[in-house]
Amino acid sequence: MIEVVAPGPYATVQDLGRPGLAHLGVPCSGAADAPSLRLANRLVGNPEGLAGVELTFGMARLRFHDAAWVALAGAPLASGADMGAPFWVPAGAELRLGPPVWGLRTYLAVRGGIEVEPVLGSRSTDSLSGLGPAPLRPGTLLPVGRPLGEISADLAPPPGPRPAVLRILPGPRDDWFAPGAPAGLCARPYTVTQDSNRVGVRLRGPEVVRARRGELPSEGMVLGAVQVPPSGQPIVFLADHPPTGGYPVIGVVRAADVPVAAQLRPGDEVRFTLRG
Amino acid sequence: MIRTAGEHGLLVETGSLEASHRLDAALRAERPEEVVEIVPGPETVLVVAPGADRERLRARLSSLTDQVREGAGMTDGPVVTIPVVYDGADLESVAGLAGLPVEEVIARHTGRELVVGWLGFAPGFAYLTGLDPVLHMPRLDTPRTSVPAGSVAVAGPYSAVYPAASPGGWRLLGRTSTPVWDVSADPPSLFRPGMRVRFEPA
Repeated sequence: MIEVVAPGPYATVQDLGRPGLAHLGVPCSGAADAPSLRLANRLVGNPEGLAGVELTFGMARLRFHDAAWVALAGAPLASGADMGAPFWVPAGAELRLGPPVWGLRTYLAVRGGIEVEPVLGSRSTDSLSGLGPAPLRPGTLLPVGRPLGEISADLAPPPGPRPAVLRILPGPRDDWFAPGAPAGLCARPYTVTQDSNRVGVRLRGPEVVRARRGELPSEGMVLGAVQVPPSGQPIVFLADHPPTGGYPVIGVVRAADVPVAAQLRPGDEVRFTLRG
Repeated sequence: MIRTAGEHGLLVETGSLEASHRLDAALRAERPEEVVEIVPGPETVLVVAPGADRERLRARLSSLTDQVREGAGMTDGPVVTIPVVYDGADLESVAGLAGLPVEEVIARHTGRELVVGWLGFAPGFAYLTGLDPVLHMPRLDTPRTSVPAGSVAVAGPYSAVYPAASPGGWRLLGRTSTPVWDVSADPPSLFRPGMRVRFEPA
């Protein structure tokens, strides 16, 4: 059992979410930076999809009632534990984690995985629909599962920050915007705003101007969609995005760059590009 | 027309809700490999298939769409009956806006077979289409902070049953004790796109 002494600014249990239920109104959810959760799991010998803890801005304190192998990946923390290598936490010890040096979301995997009760096949907290466990609070107890498999990797050097550039494919609704709008979106940087969350990265910058008035009938939305509400300020959809929506999507961030978007902090500058 | 929705998604324009439902049913009956999500909407079906051969999938979707455009409506499925206690907080005001007595509002709401258009807004929240035009209502100016689960409501051209307690701006006609959303059930939602629904007085 792991006891949450302090969750930091925001922390949730996340696995790889609930794919396949969008037609029933269920967001996919799951780790916002999924490759980092997968890496943390691999480091402790877990299957990649086991549940771990997604920390936002680090700063968590966790007491381990039982000894465990633990690994951290994603946004590297300034203090408290090594990144990218499994480490042993003795029974009764408290892990005190600092803030990230860069990035926003850090993943903690424990050998055996976090075994809170699954909902619709997943242990992820879906911040949009409320499915899954509540966000972590002081006093939350996280059960740990039985270890499966062996620890084989002992070091995965953590990558440095990737440039805040998101490659997009235009569409599906680029024709709702003025001609050349996708190129215009890429011409100048945008700033990540404070109200960004697991649903989406909300941006402030040059207005994306629509060519068509009226309402788009509701349609399915994909991960990484750059949706443009009437304000003209784009939103990049992350893991908890609504499965359907009625604002036009000018472009979609390439799958490999969604984790880059998930690590952007409020105040960061980000650019879009049509290249690559 | 089939639009690109990122590296993994294709957005098929079907032109109508009926064609969306037929394409959805055809895809679910014979799901192409790698397809993870099939999301019907009023005029589209989104297909998400990471790792699929996109050109093959595009060709497949294109020929299926041609077939379903010409097909007949899906009228062979079962009809789900939802018993309703008509005592909603907005029943009187809906009657006032419609210019009808309350009994007639109930008769109009129960008088037609509705079709589940699509789900969204919340897990299990179905937009039920085919509502009598006299019951088409604007949303409340100020949404309620909490609408109880099981509330039966109307807004715009749609009716709905709130699957769980949530904030909401729809006008409440009544309530049902039939659960429409249960995470321990498979599937968790009573309503699926294309399904026919009839309300009846409890």
